[in-house]
Amino acid sequence: MGDLGELYQEVILDHNRRPRNFRRMESPSHEAEGYNPLCGDRVTVFLQVDGDRICDAAFEGAGCAISKASASLMTDCLKGCTLGEATDLFARFHRMVTTSTDQEVEDLGKLSVLSGVREYPARVKCASLAWHTLMAALDRETSVSTE
Amino acid sequence: MTDLAVGVPRAAGAGQAPEPRVLDVARVRADFPILRRQVRGRPLVYLDNAATTQKPQAVLDAITSYYTTTNANVHRGVHLLSQLATEAHDAAREKVATFFNASSSREIVFTRNSTEGINLVAQTYGRWRVNEGDEVVITAMEHHSNIVPWQMLCGERKGHLRVAPIDDSGELVLDALDELLGPRTRLLSVTHMSNALGTINPIPAIVKMAHAKGIPVLVDGSQAAYHMPVDVQALGCDFYVATGHKLYGPTGIGVLYGRASLLEEMPPFLGGGDMIRSVTFEKSTWNELPYKFEAGTPDIAGAIGLGAALDYIGSIGLEAISSHERDLLTYATAAVQEVPGVRLIGTARRKASILSFVLEGIHPHDIGTIVDQEGVAIRTGHHCAQPVMERFGVPATARASFAMYNTREEVDTLVSALERVRTVFG
Repeated sequence: MGDLGELYQEVILDHNRRPRNFRRMESPSHEAEGYNPLCGDRVTVFLQVDGDRICDAAFEGAGCAISKASASLMTDCLKGCTLGEATDLFARFHRMVTTSTDQEVEDLGKLSVLSGVREYPARVKCASLAWHTLMAALDRETSVSTE
Repeated sequence: MTDLAVGVPRAAGAGQAPEPRVLDVARVRADFPILRRQVRGRPLVYLDNAATTQKPQAVLDAITSYYTTTNANVHRGVHLLSQLATEAHDAAREKVATFFNASSSREIVFTRNSTEGINLVAQTYGRWRVNEGDEVVITAMEHHSNIVPWQMLCGERKGHLRVAPIDDSGELVLDALDELLGPRTRLLSVTHMSNALGTINPIPAIVKMAHAKGIPVLVDGSQAAYHMPVDVQALGCDFYVATGHKLYGPTGIGVLYGRASLLEEMPPFLGGGDMIRSVTFEKSTWNELPYKFEAGTPDIAGAIGLGAALDYIGSIGLEAISSHERDLLTYATAAVQEVPGVRLIGTARRKASILSFVLEGIHPHDIGTIVDQEGVAIRTGHHCAQPVMERFGVPATARASFAMYNTREEVDTLVSALERVRTVFG
């Protein structure tokens, strides 16, 4: 499949078909809506934070396979993280999807399946929408736009 | 006259019908150098013409030749180059007037694009005529450029924006539009052809409806003007806007046609050089039409490039272009519908050159990225028409749009690329 396989890996297609944590959370401690005005993708991220630790994370919304898979993988990874670890993970993820393709990137475990998005600059925002929304939720902003 | 052609086809001479011309697509393609390039190792299949069209060599040559031999500022020098530049700029305006069959080139104002044309009318005619409680009517199929300027105007002037509905096929509901046109309506602004749906609106009937109530009509011709002959006098509209880059011309040049009697009454748009007759610190007086609406040094090369583009379109013939594109649309509509899971968005009876669709369970962005790997350029997203997307309950669509140089083989490439999308997504 060549380059395309780098982007649409089976893991991504699976998370697109069966997104994890895809539900509305009743009374979350943190919540924000993210919107990509370029393509109309919307995602709402919900967090349940207990003390310094994220004990539950969920999302809902409509978007492409990349944005949906990214939100699904993100919410999976966030559970059990401290707030500091979540912020750090955001920075590392952001670096991974924006580093130029001729450079090595850090292995972020299952999040690494999204590193292929670097080949497609028009799609980087799809992968990072959920993450920007996470940061807005942690900053107690109600909405964020990736433009 | 075909059912797709709105307005009267221009006859070659009075009383004699022109020979019907058939478009020789291989010859046309040879005129567009970009079509020889490859994309991702495959021949370019450019189906994003509703966003912008490619440029024929004649346009590129006209721009290069202007800068190589004639470049000078217009309307202000006594030297030879300034005279030549002024003549070339004036000639381009004449070509535009002829292309749209305006009664005079005084009615042709150069703008940057259609968006600027609409904003010009909103900021001049609109500020002059729309007062508290007055209304501007648009339709539910407008591009953002024919929504936002009126929202801004109505916000400023305390007016109201009214929106005529469309039906499930993407056709304007004419009875509902008629009801919306009332004693407080100061302007109806409507697209000639929808960029998201392909719908062609029955402009002569709509203009008649509005004029019966004394309401002027602005027609957004951004999409229509490169697909069908446009005759502003036959349409009867008061304003018509178009953009050069969709007419196979350069970006940065657009056109506003305005009825001379209205343009004369309207206040100017931007202030500056060229749009004035005389300036003192106490008061300035305005230049004659169309210069009153053209402050500052214009896009001279852009206008000349547009003139060359219109000449090129004329050499092929808009009737021949219309007929070729209609064949492609019919072919593509049938072929794309064969792909399982496809739902067409926009199935009006009168359409041109635009095929908007969604694939069940697959987001248009994913479609766009995957078909791009096959060299196929389509547009995916909301097409600057978010209210249209909302009307059809989709966040976005994939849109293939055709121009004079596209072929059935390219449609076949699109269809096999769509099959690949389905394979990737299992």
